[in-house]
Amino acid sequence: MSEVEALLPAFSLENNLGQDQNFPNEQPTLLCFIKEDCDTCKTAMPVLEALHQSNVNIVLVGQTTAGNQKLIKEFGLSVPILDDSQLKVSFAYDIEIVPTLIWADTDGRQVEIQEGFVKKDWQALLERFEAKPDIAWNQLPDWRPGCGSLSVDPVINDRLRAEAENSPLRARKIEIASADDEFEFMFDQGFSDGLPLVPPTPERVIRMLSGTSRDPQSVVATVPPNMGEATVEKLAINAVMAGCKPEYFPVVIAALEAACTDEFNIHGVMATTMGASPVMVINGPIRERIGMNMKLSALGQGNRANATMGRAVRLAIRNIGGAKPGGTERPTLGNPMKFTMCFAEWEERSPWDPLHVERGFNEKDSVVTLFCMTSGPTLIVDQGSLNAPQLASSMAMSLESNHHPKAYMGSDTLLVVCPEHVDTMMRDGHYSKQQLRDRIMESTRKPLRDLVQDENSGVGIPADKFAAMPEEMKNRQLTKFASGENIHIVVAGSDAGKFSGAFHGWLTGPGGSIVVSRKIEEM
Amino acid sequence: MTTILDPTNEQVPVERQLSPRLGEITGRLAMLDISKPRGNVLLDKFETMLAEALPNVTINRYSKPTFTKPAPDELRAEIKANNDFLIEALAD
Repeated sequence: MSEVEALLPAFSLENNLGQDQNFPNEQPTLLCFIKEDCDTCKTAMPVLEALHQSNVNIVLVGQTTAGNQKLIKEFGLSVPILDDSQLKVSFAYDIEIVPTLIWADTDGRQVEIQEGFVKKDWQALLERFEAKPDIAWNQLPDWRPGCGSLSVDPVINDRLRAEAENSPLRARKIEIASADDEFEFMFDQGFSDGLPLVPPTPERVIRMLSGTSRDPQSVVATVPPNMGEATVEKLAINAVMAGCKPEYFPVVIAALEAACTDEFNIHGVMATTMGASPVMVINGPIRERIGMNMKLSALGQGNRANATMGRAVRLAIRNIGGAKPGGTERPTLGNPMKFTMCFAEWEERSPWDPLHVERGFNEKDSVVTLFCMTSGPTLIVDQGSLNAPQLASSMAMSLESNHHPKAYMGSDTLLVVCPEHVDTMMRDGHYSKQQLRDRIMESTRKPLRDLVQDENSGVGIPADKFAAMPEEMKNRQLTKFASGENIHIVVAGSDAGKFSGAFHGWLTGPGGSIVVSRKIEEM
Repeated sequence: MTTILDPTNEQVPVERQLSPRLGEITGRLAMLDISKPRGNVLLDKFETMLAEALPNVTINRYSKPTFTKPAPDELRAEIKANNDFLIEALAD
């Protein structure tokens, strides 16, 4: 029981007789919120009917139209029940329990509130009235807990929050006529990557926003080419469309933040004729928590978290930033990873520091790392190498095809080492990532003279420039990658199969795209 | 009716997009009578005028079974497959 004098929200609802009833209504009022499938409400019905018959000014608010009718029939009620089947009044009153009984004064100020049914409290409250209705108190239980109000049912509550005046949603609402198919409509509007989208209804977006504690209107990133502001809300809309669950949302936020840094350069990545696309690698505890795949088929289809988080980032860049094929997105061929490419590292199967720890994060941090790919995963099929140096140099031979065997020093690679290859490397003792990198660098070493354009290929150093070089420069040794830091190594895949994979990068460095990691801020 | 939230940066108004305007009428032109009274009279007149103005355009006439319902899928498919333009006589 509480004694407060808050001014209650005014409302008008239609009752079962088709009349509008208002609150406040120039008299002290007993407000009662009920729903039909609540036994405690049913316990209270005879009391409420008796009060009405004694001319106590009761406003009875029922939460379903059909339920109200049932109560009237079952209890032969003469007291009208107001129809709050939209639950807007229950929501405005923040009703959590039914029955909730509120005693209000003439102005509509709350005098007393009770939840559930506690006989002595109800009796005490009813002592306030002049009318002394005949109530068989001895037939009523001393105490019954109330039931949950329909307005706090999670699914309904999302809708009510979305519709409320203080809703956190600010995005433009689009009403799709009932004769229109919402899926076709979204295709027509150009929202889609070519696959069907989940309609981003306000309730779904509210639910997505529950995945983060960030203010829905805070700006995650400015997205090129149109420099659209990706607010948390806008990103949530795109995450809904992609099929994400709310618990994935922090990953999507961190990934978009990473994508829109100057280093990662999402504008160049999306625009290039080379058909580049982000690859998202997830590390840390969130992998397990949201059920990501890092094992069998880690880079393939079939896992909702992997598939939809990558897609959400891509859709956000399309819809918020305006990057669309034929517009600023100009890939000659494009690649299917532009739909989505996201996977987790199998840290527990790796003998090495996981990617995020190598990149300066704490092991317990959840981190997304964005790598810009142009092709791959290119399979490194090696079922014959029997020790670490042999396998490492064999991998290096395969990595020489990155862009073109004669294209050197210009890109990064993301090497995904499969578990069986990990085992081969560890056969004769621990083989470090640094050793693997060094071996790849060493094995790809070539004299500059081997990389000159010739009759077999126009890729490489122009012949006239080569001819003008001093002799010692002609013999200078080059490595495939500018440094070992351009080789990014993770472990993923099933325990069966000696098939690692390599994503080929785009242009590395400030003129292209540099790998970026961001910590995922979980709730 | 379904309400969704706009996923874009809201620089472009949301509306049904018109088909591209081609600037001139060439090829095959469909005339669809929705079967409201005297729609055929209007289309007859148009057909005469257009045949004079655009002698190289082929005109194909169609009619809906009833104006009260959307055109059947087969009819829409047939019109789309065999024509480049469409004039629809809507009212009586």
